[in-house]
Amino acid sequence: MRVYLTAARLSLRRHLAYRSSAAAGVATNTVFGFIRTFVLLALWRQKTVINGWDAADACTYSFLTQALIAPMGVFMTGTELGPRIRTGDVAVDLYRPVDFQSWWLALDAGRAVGSGMLRSLPPVLVGALFFPMALPLSPLRWAAFLLCCLVGYLVSFSLRYLISLVAFWTMDERGMAAITFAVGFFCSGMILPLTAMPPRLDSVLQLTPWAAVIQIPASVLFGTQSGGLAYALAFGLAWALLLLGAGRLLTGAARRKVVVQGG
Amino acid sequence: MTALPSQPLPDRAEPPTNPPTDPVILAEGLTKVFSSRARAGRLRRERVDFTAVDAIDLRVAPGELVGYIGPNGAGKSTTIKMLTGILTPSSGTLRVAGYDPQRDRVKLARRIGVVFGQRTTLWWDLPLRDSFTLLQRLYRIPPARFAENLAFYTEALDLGPFLDRPVRQLSLGQRMRGDITAALLHDPAVVYLDEPTIGLDVVSKHAVREFLRDLNLRTGTTILLTTHDVDDIERLCSRVVAIDHGRVTYDGSLEALRAERDLETVVRELYSRQGV
Ligand SMILES: Nc1ncnc2c1ncn2[C@@H]1O[C@H](COP(=O)(O)OP(=O)(O)OP(=O)(O)O)[C@@H](O)[C@H]1O
Ligand SMILES: [Mg+2]
Repeated sequence: MRVYLTAARLSLRRHLAYRSSAAAGVATNTVFGFIRTFVLLALWRQKTVINGWDAADACTYSFLTQALIAPMGVFMTGTELGPRIRTGDVAVDLYRPVDFQSWWLALDAGRAVGSGMLRSLPPVLVGALFFPMALPLSPLRWAAFLLCCLVGYLVSFSLRYLISLVAFWTMDERGMAAITFAVGFFCSGMILPLTAMPPRLDSVLQLTPWAAVIQIPASVLFGTQSGGLAYALAFGLAWALLLLGAGRLLTGAARRKVVVQGG
Repeated sequence: MTALPSQPLPDRAEPPTNPPTDPVILAEGLTKVFSSRARAGRLRRERVDFTAVDAIDLRVAPGELVGYIGPNGAGKSTTIKMLTGILTPSSGTLRVAGYDPQRDRVKLARRIGVVFGQRTTLWWDLPLRDSFTLLQRLYRIPPARFAENLAFYTEALDLGPFLDRPVRQLSLGQRMRGDITAALLHDPAVVYLDEPTIGLDVVSKHAVREFLRDLNLRTGTTILLTTHDVDDIERLCSRVVAIDHGRVTYDGSLEALRAERDLETVVRELYSRQGV
């Protein structure tokens, strides 16, 4: 266990050192927060309340999800494993006496915490200066939200880990990542909150693993999640376990079948 | 084109007269076939098999320092990947330090150290010292032992001046010294070194050789070394295993191989012999 904690800590420290790229990321996230907010406000002008959310909720959702993009890996960019498979550096990771998947989880968790610390607050603060925000004050709500984020992160990691593993067979995970980016972008609620989609589409999209990444944490924070916190956690954990299990099976298959590149 | 051998090349050496102790590396009929798909016509793709390692038999006794040589593409790195458990053999049996590298990969990993000359086992963005800390956790090295080993290797390989620098800022020679330390901190029984002197200057090469020889004598660590530097073999290895096209072409003592001649000439002849 300690090895994973140390790996996560060192990965965190490493990502905290990337200040300038974090600053660029913050700027982009904030600017797109404005764009998405304007789009959502245009929609909310038609109807003052959509599925229990008013315009302030929509603005909050927009900037909150912008803040979560980096730590939660919403764009489904693979882990740092993909490039290592491509170059053959994964040879080194493969003979270490650790569980391969847990090892990459530890490294990626360090990254997530680091980018959360550097990149999550500014978009929300800037957004609050210009738009009405509806952030709850109840600490319980925030605790529930963070718990859902943790589970959502696990779902996101397990998806991204699977995407990275594809590189063992195709030698390049980027094609796969481009597809999952598009799917994830839509299904996680980045284009429109799932709750603002047509009801039938919403009820389907609420079942994909991407729903657990940002939509469900946001709904829990606003207190509008149907089924409440218990459902949110059960849903996310079920997907996380399923996907982590799939990652485990695929890792085993890769180990047996795979060829490590380079002399 | 190639000079004719002035003396017949020695073939496989006589088996040792006294039965050796249990080998620490034991390979029998070890084979690796890579299959890839190649174009065969406009749409058809055909499976093409390539045998990179072809039924190798290898026995290495504890404490041996073996030079594993052969021309480019002979199958040296592929063999080492199988010996570490990161590549599944296509056929043959393999045991290292009493373990089956495939089945007992994690247990074996704690008993072996690896240096891949062309790539680092260190973490690129971390200071060298942090890489070592991570290795301490990875291999569960007791703190006292870790401190002792780190102090020893820092002194022996002169790591002091760059211990706190990120690995990406190190020169090749500095990085290699870091990599060698990384492979040894957990006191492995077997160390594979795949071209550990690649790109090193004369002085660094000398230092690394002295260090490896001393390690082998002092701790009895078994070392399997691949290199394209004839001096490495000459200065370090008591036994040489040569392969070509995945097959063993020579396995015996250095003395018998060179038979009083210039080693470079002997090696050149060995590599240019076809179809053994
Ligand atoms: N992933 C792979 N797919 C197909 N063929 C491969 C693969 N990896 C290696 N080979 C082939 O296997 C053979 C042996 O390669 P290997 O890397 O073991 O050689 P080597 O003895 O280490 O050579 P060098 O001295 O150049 O490092 C080469 O012909 C190489 O082209
Ligand atoms: Mg090689």
